[in-house]
Amino acid sequence: MPEPLISAERVPAGVGEPALAVTDLWKVFGPRADRVVGTPLADLSRADLMAQTGCVAAVRDISFTVAPTEVFVVMGLSGSGKSTLVRCLTRLVEPTSGTVLVEGEDLRGADAKRLRDLRRHRFAMVFQHFGLLPHRRVLDNIAYGLEIRGVSRTERYRRAGEVLDLVGLTGHADHFPDQLSGGMQQRVGLGRALAVDPRILFFDEPFSALDPLIRRDMQNEVLRLHHEVGKTMIFITHDLHEALRLGDRILIMRDGAAVQIGRPDEVVGAPADDYVRDFVADVPKSHVLTIRWVMRPVRDDDPLDGPELGADVVVRDAVRAVLSSSAPVKVVHDGELVGMVDDEAILRVIVAEEQ
Amino acid sequence: MTALAGTAASVRRRAGGLTRGWLVGGVVAVWVLLWIPLRGRDTLALSTSELSPLHERLNDLRDAINNTRGSSPVFSAFFDVIRESVDALTVFLQSLISQPAYGRPVPLIGWLGVVAVATFGAYAVGNLRVAALTAAGFTSFGLLGFWQQSMDTLALTLAAVLICLAIGIPLGIWAGLSDRLNRVLTPVLDFMQTMPTFVYLAPLTLFFLIGPASGVIATLIYAMPPVIRITAHGIRSVAPSSVEAGTSLGATRWQLLRSVRVPLAKRTIVLGINQTVMCALSMVTIAALIDAPGLGQVVLRALQTLDVGTAFSAGLAIVIMAIVLDRVTTAARDRVETQYRMGPRARGRRRVVLAGLGVLTAVALYLSYTYVWAAFFPGPERGGAVGGEVADGVTRASDWVQLNLGAVTDAVRNAISYGLLNPLQSLIADSPWYLVSAVVLAIAWIVAGPRIVPTAAVCLGLLVGSGLWQEAMVTLAATLVATVIVMALGVVVGVWMGRSDRADGLIRPTLDAAQVMPAFVYLVPFLGLFGASRFTAIVAAVVFAAPVAIKLVADGIRGVPATVVEAAVSSGSSAWQVITKVQLPLARQSVTLAANQGLIYVLSMVVVGGLVGAGALGYLVVAGFSQSDLYGKGLAAGLAVVLLGVLLDRTTQAAARRLDAGAAHRGLRKGKDS
Repeated sequence: MPEPLISAERVPAGVGEPALAVTDLWKVFGPRADRVVGTPLADLSRADLMAQTGCVAAVRDISFTVAPTEVFVVMGLSGSGKSTLVRCLTRLVEPTSGTVLVEGEDLRGADAKRLRDLRRHRFAMVFQHFGLLPHRRVLDNIAYGLEIRGVSRTERYRRAGEVLDLVGLTGHADHFPDQLSGGMQQRVGLGRALAVDPRILFFDEPFSALDPLIRRDMQNEVLRLHHEVGKTMIFITHDLHEALRLGDRILIMRDGAAVQIGRPDEVVGAPADDYVRDFVADVPKSHVLTIRWVMRPVRDDDPLDGPELGADVVVRDAVRAVLSSSAPVKVVHDGELVGMVDDEAILRVIVAEEQ
Repeated sequence: MTALAGTAASVRRRAGGLTRGWLVGGVVAVWVLLWIPLRGRDTLALSTSELSPLHERLNDLRDAINNTRGSSPVFSAFFDVIRESVDALTVFLQSLISQPAYGRPVPLIGWLGVVAVATFGAYAVGNLRVAALTAAGFTSFGLLGFWQQSMDTLALTLAAVLICLAIGIPLGIWAGLSDRLNRVLTPVLDFMQTMPTFVYLAPLTLFFLIGPASGVIATLIYAMPPVIRITAHGIRSVAPSSVEAGTSLGATRWQLLRSVRVPLAKRTIVLGINQTVMCALSMVTIAALIDAPGLGQVVLRALQTLDVGTAFSAGLAIVIMAIVLDRVTTAARDRVETQYRMGPRARGRRRVVLAGLGVLTAVALYLSYTYVWAAFFPGPERGGAVGGEVADGVTRASDWVQLNLGAVTDAVRNAISYGLLNPLQSLIADSPWYLVSAVVLAIAWIVAGPRIVPTAAVCLGLLVGSGLWQEAMVTLAATLVATVIVMALGVVVGVWMGRSDRADGLIRPTLDAAQVMPAFVYLVPFLGLFGASRFTAIVAAVVFAAPVAIKLVADGIRGVPATVVEAAVSSGSSAWQVITKVQLPLARQSVTLAANQGLIYVLSMVVVGGLVGAGALGYLVVAGFSQSDLYGKGLAAGLAVVLLGVLLDRTTQAAARRLDAGAAHRGLRKGKDS
């Protein structure tokens, strides 16, 4: 099993305390689940563990940190433990062992009251099946979190009204959830989460139940909201394209364990193992890889009169500049020349996609 | 793929069923061969007035309990407290609407006030349509000449329902939240519900005396389980995603209950209330046997004097009350949905109507409190405005039928009696008890497996001990005949309904309506058709039990996956082949459940049939209420009914489980093979 690729330098620069820090997190379901972690049983494969103890290790030894305002995506196929993982992060599912620090505070140490407090103020969640209350109007659904918190009626309607506009549901305040399409219902779910003004938003496969076109719409919506409100987001999905689109970084899970953690271009450009490689095989690389991944070292005979591009420019966006220039393009990072990109390198990426 | 596996499994199951069928057939053949020489020996017969030592001891026990009633602390601190508080509530409700009270010659609220309040209430919880139905229905009680009796029935039903809901809804919510409580409650509720309805009337009178309080307490036992069960089910089936969303926002347990669980389960809870109300009405009428006042008494007395006309018009009043209560509570359930969707304008309109009706109701209340014409329902003393004519008309019609269609009804009756009932009764009741016991044990083993044998043996042993073996066997024969007819109806009509949406749409409402009727009422028309006989009781039992069986079979047929049926049709099966080779085998569990429920329903009705000449256990139970000497024997007869019920219920349930387990096992093996 490859070491989880975590290092401080991967956290975007310019931040202090991480929004969320997870260390050695385990969740084992089954009889006497606590005897598994820290024993040789923990090294067994999922099937062997099931056969020997009747326990299922849904989350195995996961560690990662999320920086404030980062979008962190957890990706895996169904049964990989990603939904359990996200529930462990809000203790909707009680972790078996490990630590979860929310802005430095130990989540597992919180008593019921403190936990409720955290849920009311610090984080909010958007669910795959929406979890709306069918007997309440859209406005009351959005205001639900505030109502639980004890906010006065006028105040919560005022706030819910603002959120209604923010998530694009203006004019639907008095509708009932089942009068809305799936995409609109999820906007209500999103609005309910945003209304409590949380610092961390959890998304549990929020768009899996939606049509592909609406899903794209909603992804754009999340990107826009992230841009506007700048929340930290933990996003669970089984859809690689969604992960690549939204994620600042991606954690890939398989059978409960982390296979790889990295930026989208790292996952596509340097898959940690065959599993991830298989996964990303169909991804149009030119859309994800930055030119850093296709550049070659500078040679002495390189003409240096070509245009300059940043190392983080995506290949697709660099095509025109590279192909229209007669000289190789210089790749620059932090003001230093780090490599060269020529027509051939670009074409190799694009042609590979055609095959 | 699934379809193929399904059909393959069903083919194997058929093969298993076949060998079991042969085994049962063999047992029956041996039985008949032994019956010929042994017939009439050791049948443990006991004539009606004879008492076994057990019956005498039960009589003594009753006397002993009656004698200690005044002195024992168990009574003064427990039974009497319950009886007195239930009695207080009942008497209060009666003095409001049915009985003279507070020094007045009339109840506090006269007929006009009651009609107004009921109509207002129906509109408040339902809609204008059911309000109109309520007004018409309540007025008809007076027109039929049963105003006071109807109000007694209503008061007792209300008292029972109020207590049921006050205890049942909180308990149901708790059971919905706590797995442990649910596990404890389920068997208790099962027991309360499988006991034939009026078997526990006699023991109750021991502790709570006869009269309204006992009637209400018996009703509580019968009517409480539905609301507990259905409320718990409603709370449990609230979408987990909604609960999780609430939790993730930091809701407390109480907030979750109040703002998520209860509102989302409300519709189901109201359905539970509906069921409890219907059960309560049914039981309040039966409680006439222990002197509970009301319409049941009228029907009971009329049945005993074979006065079909009066039984019919009082029965009609019960039916009308059942329909009104059912429609109003159903409308209340539907309103749960529409209520929160109402726009502000509709809400305002509704408020205006409510206020208007409220004022009218207040006026009517005042009038009915003050003026005699609004207190006493106007009309002749006996029969009311139309009741007498209804009764006379029905009596004439019944006489006419018995005179002119006697040939037809006799032919039907004789065909079933001589073709099915007599031979079976003779085989079961005239065999020596040890032979019947051996046969029952053998058949139970074959269809339900060896684990059922001890239970069955205990039941049989206790039946022998009850001193009522032969009566029990006669009742068993009648029950089996009725169940066979019920199952024939159930399979034929159920398959039809399961396969045709139109048939379903046509028949289901009728069945639903038939199910809300109190058991009593079924006896009346058949008494008119067939006179007082065993056969009347059997037909009434069939009509009583058939709706349940038909609906279960229909739902089972509907539940067969469409893909399986499609696969069978696409491989060229005829409709008959689809039914016999795919739908019925796959719906087998439902069919077995239908047989189980059919048996229980039939058994409880066969006992009620004791009122119209069914004889055997039913007669003894009824006689035990009225004849002091037969009290112990009636009690023993009630126990015998319970024992028969347990025997039949356990065996059919074990058979169903075995079918299930067999199918699952084979499914598993099949999976491993491929």
